[in-house]
Amino acid sequence: MEKEPKAGIDVERIRQDFPILGTTMNGKPLVYLDNAATSQKPKRVIDAISEYYTSYNANIHRGIYAIAVEATDAYVDSKAKLAKLINAKGMQEIVYTRNTTEAINLVALSWGNANIKRGDHILITQMEHHSNLVPWMLLARRKNAVLDYVRLDESNTKLDMQSLKEQLEKDPKIMAVTHVSNVLGTINDVKRMTKEAHAHGAVVLVDGAQSAPHMPIDVQDIGCDFFALSAHKMLGPTGIGALYGRYDMLDRMDPLFSGGDMIKSVTFDDVTWNDLPWKFEAGTPDIAGGIGFGAAIDYLNGIGMERIRAHEKKITKYALERLEEVKHLKTYGPGKDEMDSRGGVIAFAIDKVHPHDVSQIFDSEGIAIRAGHHCAMPLVTQLLGESAVSRMSFYLYNRMQEADKAVQAIELVKKTFGVG
Amino acid sequence: MALDMYAEEIVSHYEHPHNAGVMADASASFHNYNASCGDDVTMYLKIEKRKVVEAKFKGVGCAISMASASMLTDFVKGKSLKEIEGMNVRTIIGIIGIDPGPARLKCATLALRTLKEAVFVYEHKEADKDTKSL
Repeated sequence: MEKEPKAGIDVERIRQDFPILGTTMNGKPLVYLDNAATSQKPKRVIDAISEYYTSYNANIHRGIYAIAVEATDAYVDSKAKLAKLINAKGMQEIVYTRNTTEAINLVALSWGNANIKRGDHILITQMEHHSNLVPWMLLARRKNAVLDYVRLDESNTKLDMQSLKEQLEKDPKIMAVTHVSNVLGTINDVKRMTKEAHAHGAVVLVDGAQSAPHMPIDVQDIGCDFFALSAHKMLGPTGIGALYGRYDMLDRMDPLFSGGDMIKSVTFDDVTWNDLPWKFEAGTPDIAGGIGFGAAIDYLNGIGMERIRAHEKKITKYALERLEEVKHLKTYGPGKDEMDSRGGVIAFAIDKVHPHDVSQIFDSEGIAIRAGHHCAMPLVTQLLGESAVSRMSFYLYNRMQEADKAVQAIELVKKTFGVG
Repeated sequence: MALDMYAEEIVSHYEHPHNAGVMADASASFHNYNASCGDDVTMYLKIEKRKVVEAKFKGVGCAISMASASMLTDFVKGKSLKEIEGMNVRTIIGIIGIDPGPARLKCATLALRTLKEAVFVYEHKEADKDTKSL
């Protein structure tokens, strides 16, 4: 069981920090339920970026003047904040990338190219986002390696732990698994999976794009070797994400990109890499993004990740209960009685109505949801048997009434299409 | 504005599409899809003397894409290949009678794009036949 925080969060107070939540869409107050795609930004984050450009814009590292030092400190501080948020041992273990996708590609290219050989097994799962599937497929092709999948169980809601055991018997070199599914909302027991994979000698990467924004993360407790995340899904700006790598793993890896900042010394014949994490960050990085990310982490800490998780659990359970009453509607993922293994993502389908039409009618009501295969095409088309599904996803600033509004919009869809 | 998109005629064509199904003896056919949303359509034409004598389609997708395919197959019967080549976005918007807006434009135009590809492939096959008979 998860720990329950003592006090809930004040959603109305939180909403005042997000300028966009006071706006309208198509003449209706904006109801933003597309948080699994990207989150909204609090004013504090927007201001931090603006303040950097307005008052201390300078390139980082080796600047001897005051604003260059200030910029460097703010950028490096953000890494220390992230390290603390996910309980890494230090900022040396935090490599900034553009996003989760780039973080995973960094491992597939740098670690993968050096360690995967012909005939090796690479293990992922059937519920991966394309970002944690295609890089491994390409690595397998480059190396003539074999890509295996942990199957979903019969209910298509969770990973089949028996299938995991069977696949691990093949002694894969690496296992890459999502922490929370962006379609099913399933929270995978990545701690247990990591333990089992390590027992077979596999390196473990956890895709944390959908977990880091929504719950407390402790990479040391999980025990994984790599953990990838994106800032823009956790109140930060787009353009910056991070790869956590255990120090000894990162230390043994070659850099993926080379150039300025990532070297200690260069002669005409040789080069020595810079210390971690700078070895992996060639060229001028997204300084404003890093500073904005730091402000986002401050904000999340101010509210508390446990309380955010508790709020999302409450609103998701409530939404699932309301949706249960709706006829001609199907939801996916673990049910309302399994909230400990369910995040704030609800994919759904309305009989005979295409998700794009659902999304369009939601839009006319000022409600932002997403429709499509959600970058998990094999899961949606081959396992769920849909060409696309609709998805609503919650965050700390969503009101319970917004779940009600979604249910009302579903009724409007059904009326428009004469369903039921 | 968005609800206007689901005019009665669009929903009616979506629920009861005209000319739906595979045409086994088609003179021209083409399969196409919108990768991001999963709309998927195959257009079939029977062509005689460079005129469409029959048109059918098979597909899955949203109301806009399917209604557009249904209405388009009605519209092109009796049209010459030259007339089809002259059709564009404005033509299809005229046929379906709604403004799909930028987000749904690719849904609205999928059937027409696919139909024109079918005609393009057909024309090239015909041209190939002509060359062979020389």
